[in-house]
Amino acid sequence: MSVEDLNPRAREGVIHPEVRAADDESERGQDGGRLQHAEAATKPIRAPQTREKQPRGAKIRGDRPIDQAEAAERFLAAPLHQAAHDERLWDLRKKRDTSAHGIPEWEELRELASAIKAHTLTHLDQYLEQFEAAAKANGVQVHWAADGADHNRIVLEILRSRGAKTLVKSKSMLTEECGFRHHMAANGIEIIETDLGERIQQLDNEEPSHIVAPAVHKTRMDVAEVFAKTLGTDPDNDDAHYLAESQRETTRPYILKADAGMTGCNFAIAETGTVVTCTNEGNADLSGNVPPLQIHSIGIEKIIPKVEHLGVFIRLLSRSALGSPITQYTSHFRGPRKGTEMHMVLVDNGRSARLGLEEFWTSLKCIRCGACMNTCPVYRRSGGLSYGATYSGPIGLIIDPTFNKRKYSTLPFSSTMNGSCTNVCPVKINIHEQIFAWRKVLVEEHHIPALKQGMMKAAGAVLSRPAAYRAAIGAADSALKVLPRFAVYNPLNTWGKKREMPDAPRQTFHAWYKQNRMQKPAKDAAPKDAAR
Amino acid sequence: MSARAGILAALKANRPAGDYPLPSVPDFAPLVGDDLVEEFGERLKRMGGRIADGRSGEPLEGVRERLAEAKVIASAVPEIAGNRDLRAVRYPQEVEDVDVAVVRAVFGIAETGSVLFTQDELIVNAVAYLAQHLIVLLDPADILPNVQAAYKRPEFGRSAYAVLHTGPSATADIEGVLIHGAQGVRSLTVLLMPR
Repeated sequence: MSVEDLNPRAREGVIHPEVRAADDESERGQDGGRLQHAEAATKPIRAPQTREKQPRGAKIRGDRPIDQAEAAERFLAAPLHQAAHDERLWDLRKKRDTSAHGIPEWEELRELASAIKAHTLTHLDQYLEQFEAAAKANGVQVHWAADGADHNRIVLEILRSRGAKTLVKSKSMLTEECGFRHHMAANGIEIIETDLGERIQQLDNEEPSHIVAPAVHKTRMDVAEVFAKTLGTDPDNDDAHYLAESQRETTRPYILKADAGMTGCNFAIAETGTVVTCTNEGNADLSGNVPPLQIHSIGIEKIIPKVEHLGVFIRLLSRSALGSPITQYTSHFRGPRKGTEMHMVLVDNGRSARLGLEEFWTSLKCIRCGACMNTCPVYRRSGGLSYGATYSGPIGLIIDPTFNKRKYSTLPFSSTMNGSCTNVCPVKINIHEQIFAWRKVLVEEHHIPALKQGMMKAAGAVLSRPAAYRAAIGAADSALKVLPRFAVYNPLNTWGKKREMPDAPRQTFHAWYKQNRMQKPAKDAAPKDAAR
Repeated sequence: MSARAGILAALKANRPAGDYPLPSVPDFAPLVGDDLVEEFGERLKRMGGRIADGRSGEPLEGVRERLAEAKVIASAVPEIAGNRDLRAVRYPQEVEDVDVAVVRAVFGIAETGSVLFTQDELIVNAVAYLAQHLIVLLDPADILPNVQAAYKRPEFGRSAYAVLHTGPSATADIEGVLIHGAQGVRSLTVLLMPR
């Protein structure tokens, strides 16, 4: 029989009972059972039918440091959105656990994935040259872009020289990094996002808030409002099936008439020159297979040496992201269709420089599954847009400062340092350690406001001396008992908001250990202990 | 300096210290039991696909209704007759009115319920996405135990296009409600039928 448990006991616990919907609209399977594949929720989650204005993301003011805490506060002030968001992402995290626990070799797969990535990244120049040679031999035109502007210029040139005016594309974090959509719009090229979540965000003029589920911060009512304004749907109809079907019907004409199609890249295979995309909607395959001109944008860190290595990464990716064993579509683009053109753009945009950062280069191993976001208590309570950056959540905290140290200087402080991100990462990036390392770098280089520096110094001094740490912990526990609420839930302690502090234990572990284990037990107690 | 030369030079200059050999990947024991056909069907259903057994009785029974409802059928297999000749298609856009497409899979994967196609089976790649429904013929003898075994097959190294389908097109981008037919096919039915 199967090693994998196909019927894990349904985990019925919910964090926010108010968003547990009474009825269920998700698809049923052939046997009538409720289906949970793709990014589906394991149980119906719905914000109550009370209209609540969607909280918007961080305020962007040029290079000035993002105030994530301010944006998070506004997200917290929208309790329906916050609860639905929290519940939905925690559900994805639980689906991931079930899926991971079903595979005996899960930890070995993570080790292998991490080691394959480390090897490839430390030999990336060779593998890129191998990839280029293979792709050229397949009849693909290969381009190199030093940065985002270079990428946009190259693509624009390809489009213009062929008279292309419209481009349909699938979701790609790389093109978000490059500001591709905005640049093309400014140059008279019409870009249509074909992933439902990404299309919602495009129509609402918002960035994606999550790398896997771009519109996860929106309720169905928000989507109904966006579609009513932009697609002319019935503003009073917020049925998810109706909304999704409206997007399908209005997007298809664009797909059919598009001059060009574009995809991102999950994995690029050096030995064969193949671009691999993983999607649930099939929109990357439409973008790549319908228009006469296809372009694949590839971050250079996406290279893996051989096809057989997909046997490791594909098994990890969707299980980590959504808890499903594989995405609905795993597509391998290697050469152009007859009579059409295929281009691949290899984009650096800061990656080669990141490789030289001793403490941070392993962040290039990231396969963009989003597991660290789903598990992060800060992310789930503040929403991806509060980070004001292309990458949000724990992985964002360690990547964003490499793009702009000043603008993203405060982000590494948006973490409780619980380490959960590191534990779920399928390529074993030590995310929480890098968050801490970034704090040190940013303080040393004076990117950090004095207030946070003070907290850092105190924390550093305490953490470096075990005795002082123990005294502080002891004091913290007793302080929780006696301090008035305003002292615990004050503005300096951002993450105390919306979180009740646990009751302080009567005794710390250290105090207990000292009392019970470091002293010789009383003589008459000894036999009892031994008998246990 | 060209972007290419600049990137390659920077990667060389910034190479992290240390030795990072490429690990060899061991063959993991399949997660599935010995009855690959049953395991495949079970997992396919969990991914939203349907399974029909054409090995006994009336072979097309499991897809009869789907075919009967279709106005335009594009078949890439000799076992089922269609009324749209895929070999005569000049532009992929021409297949946008197809109700049902019928294709044979190169192989299936029991671990995930996936089936593989290349440009040779699809004839027109886009038909597997623009059609409303997809019927897939699969020889039970072509079912592999796991994803790892699949990636040892030669098709990935030699096909211009190779794709694993696991159930139909799906989305849950709106409040986690699962919806089939996001952009591609609304249903995918695998019909077990020896070659």
